[in-house]
Amino acid sequence: MSEKLMTLTLKVWRQSGPNDKGQVETYELNNVSPDMSFLEMLDVLNEKLIYEKQEPIVFDHDCREGICGTCSMVINGSPHGPEKATTTCQLHMRKFKDGDTIFIEPFRARAFPVIKDLMVDRSAFDRIISAGGYVSVKAGGAPDGNAIPVSKNTADQAMDAAACIGCGACVAGCKNASAMLFVSAKVSQLALLPQGHAEAGTRAVNMVQQMDDEGFGNCTNTEVCEAVCPKEIKVSNIARMNREYLKATITNDE
Amino acid sequence: MIDSRIPEGNLADKWTNHKGHCQLVNPANKRKYNIIVVGTGLAGASAAASLAELGYNVMSFCVHDSARRAHSIAAQGGINAAKNYQNDGDSVWRLFYDTIKGGDYRSREANVHRLAEVSANIIDQCVAQGVPFARDYGGNLDNRSFGGALVSRTFYARGQTGQQLLLGAYSSLMKEVNKGQVKLFTRREMLDLVMVDGEARGIVVRNLTTGDIESYAGDAVLLCTGGYGNVFYLSTNAMNSNATAAWRCYKKGAYFANPCYTQIHPTCIPVAGDHQSKLTLMSESLRNDGRVWVPKKKGDTRTPDQIPEAERDYYLETKYPTFGNLVPRDVASRNAKQVCDDGRGVGNSGLAVYLDFRDSIQRLGEDTIRQRYGNLFDMYERITGHNPYKTPMMIYPAVHYTMGGLWVDYNLMSSIPGLHVLGEANFSDHGANRLGASALMQGLADGYFVIPYTLGIYLSSAKLTPLDTSHAAFRDSEKQIRERISTLMNIGGSRPVDDFHKTLGKLMWDYVGMSREEAGLKKILEEIPKLKEEFWSDVKIPGTGDYVNQELEKAGRVADFLELGELMARDALERSESCGGHFRAESKTPEDEALRKDDEFCHVAAWEYKGDKEVPVRHKEELVFENVKLTQRSYK
Repeated sequence: MSEKLMTLTLKVWRQSGPNDKGQVETYELNNVSPDMSFLEMLDVLNEKLIYEKQEPIVFDHDCREGICGTCSMVINGSPHGPEKATTTCQLHMRKFKDGDTIFIEPFRARAFPVIKDLMVDRSAFDRIISAGGYVSVKAGGAPDGNAIPVSKNTADQAMDAAACIGCGACVAGCKNASAMLFVSAKVSQLALLPQGHAEAGTRAVNMVQQMDDEGFGNCTNTEVCEAVCPKEIKVSNIARMNREYLKATITNDE
Repeated sequence: MIDSRIPEGNLADKWTNHKGHCQLVNPANKRKYNIIVVGTGLAGASAAASLAELGYNVMSFCVHDSARRAHSIAAQGGINAAKNYQNDGDSVWRLFYDTIKGGDYRSREANVHRLAEVSANIIDQCVAQGVPFARDYGGNLDNRSFGGALVSRTFYARGQTGQQLLLGAYSSLMKEVNKGQVKLFTRREMLDLVMVDGEARGIVVRNLTTGDIESYAGDAVLLCTGGYGNVFYLSTNAMNSNATAAWRCYKKGAYFANPCYTQIHPTCIPVAGDHQSKLTLMSESLRNDGRVWVPKKKGDTRTPDQIPEAERDYYLETKYPTFGNLVPRDVASRNAKQVCDDGRGVGNSGLAVYLDFRDSIQRLGEDTIRQRYGNLFDMYERITGHNPYKTPMMIYPAVHYTMGGLWVDYNLMSSIPGLHVLGEANFSDHGANRLGASALMQGLADGYFVIPYTLGIYLSSAKLTPLDTSHAAFRDSEKQIRERISTLMNIGGSRPVDDFHKTLGKLMWDYVGMSREEAGLKKILEEIPKLKEEFWSDVKIPGTGDYVNQELEKAGRVADFLELGELMARDALERSESCGGHFRAESKTPEDEALRKDDEFCHVAAWEYKGDKEVPVRHKEELVFENVKLTQRSYK
């Protein structure tokens, strides 16, 4: 477990606020243990910066278990870094080598403005969900949970789509900054389940409209989103969303 | 005397009668009420959505960048409900009884029965929202069993039940945001409760992006801000989980109940080094197929494959032949500590025990184990770099959940009129120990099915005067907050916030952790005030308070943890019995098991703040058991 400690060169994006144009700063960090998570490595760097009377690097993070979707950052050009199906908080330093130079930048998209350093504003995702990412059921009126059977296969597919953590890596990875994977995951989950059928058409149309209003780009089928998604959400969800959208617009069910 | 306002009548009829006879708010009047909900976890999101559905104007606040991030999201195992879909003899009574017994007879019968009653509605509600619960091949909901129960009543969505339930509640919340019935305020941290004429009438928050101090007025405040496990620095809680909102309410007069009740979870990944920032829980379902052991010899440094069978101590199986590796959380945790204290712990730090799947893999095949635990094994390997199919996992207990919290009556109202407390932030349903898969149940029960009724009782009887944030009480509060921030920023000391937090956490773990004793508790009650003084004279916070400043956020939270830690120690000292997660070394059976003292301590301890220099007052709410017989738990 106690392998050799590493020395790293970190090239980190620093930006004091939305109006600052920002720049890359270089930091040397010694004694990095391979057992540290990537964020723990940044904790150590921040502690060092505080002792040196510099401002620590601001980044979003919370659960550090790979489920809350709060942590972001682009590591060596890839959202959440080089390891497949892994969020930044679950990436460990044993994936790097002594002497490595690591580039760390925020998620970049017009719809995700930088707040400070590596922290960005992803509230556009909330507004998209608010436009239709739900079933309009009130507490109290629900029928028995087994009243409507759902085939295991359908439930499993819905769960695959529902596993999205809303981190925005799909947007950050896409050259068009498209949010199609995020939006389609929610549209698919609810279109697959009988509980979501009644609103499937309006949901697809309203969420897509909001996505466009927020300034996300279009999908050009590069499938980078699926490659960088820490939860391996499939691009087949985008196809399903397109079908739901088309169905709704040609049948005027919107 | 504390009035818990438990309704009269038979246990099984209390909630029905209470709902049937409580005062209602006229639908046309609901839109005249402004309700403040702090926190967007399971309790907060479900409460905000449900109240908005009823027509109340709701303001919802969270510290996160989105209402979908709260730490409810990390719950893995599942949610209990007395559906009896399996035809295995489950019932409301049985869920009630298991919860009371699991809580070691330190919770309220009436609250727990209500929880069991509404549990079934929760599942229905979540299914209707589109939560993709696991299904069987017939298309019906699937169940699994969980520790502490003899029936299969846990509903689940893979290993991500908390995530799916939270996203369900979040979707309902966002539906109301779209209607304009909920106004959502993200990246806001509640720093004070504002009271007017003795009633909770608003909050003051810091906007974590702009640094602005903002006031919000309302007719009632719902606190849904989770537990305080991060007082230990290392816990399974998220990094932003904190006690500040609850602590500010305590300092405004809300009683804090049973602060010493902490749950230590036995199966977490051990600490790897000084850099450790948090601990990761591995679902305790692993104990179904993993065998816990340590070497028999002290200081044995051989790798596990070199330790022959005869030199391994499967201590849980030996000591508890009936339950074996499946003893409850508190028992498993204490035993792991004992063998490590005995010098037989494994790993670099000596603070770990093995959880070995070798025999299960031989018996069932690697494929079966992969199907059952594949995602957990992958997570373990990602974090530790070790492959648990080849070598035993190493685990150690970690702080996981806090049963204590702000005191509430049957209607979930605190000792401050208008301030209601829901979910892990209150103390009410889990007694001294929470059963697995019950936290999600309680958060959602409070939010979807209790507060929509009980809030009306308060609003229809309170004489609330019209009020907005121009009231002087808001100015006073804002001024105090600005002064506190300015004091913190101007200390200009030499040590970062985390340094103090780590020191506090170590003290808490050593003296108010898995095993507590009088001498240690008295010692920490001397140590914490010293640390507090050092903090207020030597903490270093870079930057300014005018924009994003994560060090300032942490500093405010740690300042409050320092005070809360002291109250926890005080509560643990006063409660000289062992019960559930609270183990006092002086109170044990000849076989070293926890020994309750029902004659002296069958009560809730509710602490009242009296001032920074004063000792808080300990009030008692006697617990009356009319329906269950108190017995000592035995898992032999």
